[in-house]
Amino acid sequence: MSDKKNTLAPLANEGLPPEERGFFCDAAPREYAPAQGVLEDFYNWARSQSLWVLGFGTGCGAIELRPLMTSRFDMYRYGIQPRPTPRQSSVFVIGGYASVKTLKRIVRSYEQMMGPKFVVALGSCTINGGMYWDSYNTIKRIDQYIPVDVYIAGCMPRPEALLSGFLELKRIIREGAAEGQNEYARNFDWYKANQKNVIKDWNMPDYNW
Amino acid sequence: MNTTASALAERYGARNWHDQRPDLASVVLDPSRLRDALAWLRDFGGYKHLSFATAIDNIERNAFTLTYTLRNHEKGHSLIVHCDIDRGHPVMESIHLLWEQAWTYQREMREWFGIDFPGSPRVDEEFVLEGWEGPPMMRRDFDSLEYSNAIYAERPGRETRDPASYMKEKLYPEVAG
Repeated sequence: MSDKKNTLAPLANEGLPPEERGFFCDAAPREYAPAQGVLEDFYNWARSQSLWVLGFGTGCGAIELRPLMTSRFDMYRYGIQPRPTPRQSSVFVIGGYASVKTLKRIVRSYEQMMGPKFVVALGSCTINGGMYWDSYNTIKRIDQYIPVDVYIAGCMPRPEALLSGFLELKRIIREGAAEGQNEYARNFDWYKANQKNVIKDWNMPDYNW
Repeated sequence: MNTTASALAERYGARNWHDQRPDLASVVLDPSRLRDALAWLRDFGGYKHLSFATAIDNIERNAFTLTYTLRNHEKGHSLIVHCDIDRGHPVMESIHLLWEQAWTYQREMREWFGIDFPGSPRVDEEFVLEGWEGPPMMRRDFDSLEYSNAIYAERPGRETRDPASYMKEKLYPEVAG
């Protein structure tokens, strides 16, 4: 922990035992400053052509990701491919309902992803709770906890709908309008308060970087 | 099975033996004699396997009904042992010394129903919930909707319809109208 970091935005990391606090990041995320003019357009084009999906099926809707890898739907032709770790991924697909227990892993994985990163939320459950509207342990809208760039409605959406959602995401990225990551940095305190409001046993760093 | 039934009744005061299927029966026991009866069933009755244990919230008669399912693999017969305990003071003797896997079921019942099993290994640890602060959620007086509304943010604009009447309205408007 350098003094510089502490003066920038020190996070308390109160969920960790005192002896472990120094091992983890104590700085809040920062907004991404875009490159100038055409260069940023070029970056956005490149980003949209290479979407690496985190292979973390967070709910039942993740089953619809599998057909995308097969020859019938073949997401690779759009430059979309799954990756095994958050560090290598740029797209997080929230696969339907998220229980509080899963939400904790979602937050952790999302924060571990390197920028630029985007979130696609599929299924009714991510939008308004879907069939889990009265569940004691399932959150009703994911955008209270992490920013969402594209929703794909349905219970559950077919692979064609997912492809269409990915194409929409690519369009948004090319336009430079996929601001989820910056939104998260801007409203970090609000997101963190929401997350801690439902995740009662917060035993990880405040920002899992 | 009748020999088992009569032996159980004679030794442990078991009642209400009920043959649900040729390979499945149930019986009711008192909590104070349950552990001994289960030990007897395991050692002398041939029911060597505890295949399941759970609880039922019978709130109407202020009782948790503990349910132990035993299996006699030699005869291909299952026996469900029911046992009512007081809902206001839900404590039950642990059977993890009879069947080691019982502590998992007991831990589950502790978390979901709030039934305590003193001495059972790790019984107070979290089972499937993490950081749960509400009341035991499988109790029938726990209102899931109320809890959900209080804790989880809702997106406005959601409409809920009764499926039966809505389908009728859509498919047969002349009848519904």
